[in-house]
Amino acid sequence: MLEIKNLSKTFLKGTPNEHKALDGISLSLDKGEFVTVIGSNGAGKSTLFNAIAGEFLCDGGKIVLDGKNITYQKEHVRAKDIGRLFQDPMRGTAPDLTIEENLALVYSKATRHLFSPALKKRDVEFFREKLLRLNMGLEDRLKTKMGQLSGGQRQAVTLMMSTLVTPKLLLLDEHTAALDPITAEKVLDITEKIVAENNITTMMITHNIKSALSLGTRTIMLEGGKTVLDLKGDERSNMSVQDLLSLYRQKSGKELDNDRMLLTRE
Amino acid sequence: MLSVISGAVLLGFQYALLALGVYISFRILNIPDLTVDGSFTFGIAVSAVLCASGHPFLGLLAAVFAGFAAGAVTGFLQTKAKIHPILAGILTMSGLYTVNITIMGAPNVSLIGKKRFYDRFASLFGENSSGDLPKMILAAIICAVCVVLLIMFFKTVLGLCIRATGGNKDMVRASSINTDTTTVTALAISNALVALSGAVIAQTQGFADVNSGSGMIVIGLASVIIGEVIFGRRSLSVGLVSAVVGSVIYRMIVAFALETNVFSANALKLLSAIIVAVTLSVPAVKNAISDRKMKREGMKNA
Repeated sequence: MLEIKNLSKTFLKGTPNEHKALDGISLSLDKGEFVTVIGSNGAGKSTLFNAIAGEFLCDGGKIVLDGKNITYQKEHVRAKDIGRLFQDPMRGTAPDLTIEENLALVYSKATRHLFSPALKKRDVEFFREKLLRLNMGLEDRLKTKMGQLSGGQRQAVTLMMSTLVTPKLLLLDEHTAALDPITAEKVLDITEKIVAENNITTMMITHNIKSALSLGTRTIMLEGGKTVLDLKGDERSNMSVQDLLSLYRQKSGKELDNDRMLLTRE
Repeated sequence: MLSVISGAVLLGFQYALLALGVYISFRILNIPDLTVDGSFTFGIAVSAVLCASGHPFLGLLAAVFAGFAAGAVTGFLQTKAKIHPILAGILTMSGLYTVNITIMGAPNVSLIGKKRFYDRFASLFGENSSGDLPKMILAAIICAVCVVLLIMFFKTVLGLCIRATGGNKDMVRASSINTDTTTVTALAISNALVALSGAVIAQTQGFADVNSGSGMIVIGLASVIIGEVIFGRRSLSVGLVSAVVGSVIYRMIVAFALETNVFSANALKLLSAIIVAVTLSVPAVKNAISDRKMKREGMKNA
């Protein structure tokens, strides 16, 4: 479903602050695969997501989504096939619009003509049904402004919105990190349910090693803009948090060595 | 006194179109758009010149397109050329001065003795046909039509996208909508309304002046804000209606003050500016007061 080949991106090229954020990363995802992404700060996790979503163009490499080369496609064009959630619950919804208007925006944009009404009567029933499944009591608050919801509620609604029309790829960038542990747990449950029901190819960045292993079907670790670890199948299911943590240390330690070697060579 | 009120209401409805335009840029897009000063005169110029040559209706229609184009230029400067929104508006406004004076051929144009867009409608009123009443009704009808069309438009997919753009660009882009398109469209519609306002006013007062646009943004803002003081900031439909009502009330206040010699006509713009500045600073003042209160309470308990 997603094929990333040799993708590289260097920020502030030619300046003293030059930073190689993606260093020829390659990755291949099958349809329906749910990949959790871990790595230390600055490993390139968010940069990878930004590159896939098209916030900037890459220096080299190729991104193919469902057989279509999207490497140079504009961000809003790619967005048709890519759903995305951020750490900041404010980013995913329009605060001045009501819940139903937010849902209608996403849903009608994908299904209707620009000048047709965005919110029809039958949509309201459909949205109510969808909201009911979030189990947050939002189904009776369709006319509430989005800005009045809590972070967790907004994040849950955003998740539902980005999967209202099933995307080919779902990118979750630490989408529970700003929530309290109980809400985070709830949003993760909803995530798992929605992804499984629609068989959505998903990538999720997390700093929580436990959920990195328990959620999804595959775990990759990034370091220095490359994948350093790719776990799936039995190897993954037999891995304990402790094992992964020591692997993390070992791998990132090794990468640090590489960095030092590079510096001394220059 | 009655004629003062009817005159004020007439002006209120005519300037309400301006207020609607300003509402779109200022409240929906969250951009104070300075193009308004230029596009208002653009509407005046186009309408007056066509009216003078015997095409009053075409004058109104052409003014709408002219304003639409002016807004689109500002939108283009903002989105594609990435120029700061305020500066983009100033650039268009400034450039339009030359355009306007070129269209008019002179700093002012008189329409005395020419056919106006309201003539046929006014003739229905028989002996009252030359008074303010027919013009007032027609202006109110134009406003009502615009408000209804806008309410309908902002419920379409594109309209909803525009409303979301003002609140959260990231989200709109993530919903596969080009925020450049929504911004340009909204500014174009906003300035089309502003130009229509100028077009209607030019024909009603019977002359056009190339300098009549200065300070229009402030008058538009004042109307929007007065409307919000009365109706509060609720839904978009209420907002549009409140902008119209705000405009009428603004004109009433002005007419009343002028009539009772509270201040001279020259003080109008300063007063409008003060109304806008004071009203927009209310939230900040409220905050400061509550902060101070909290501090006092805290000190007491400490």
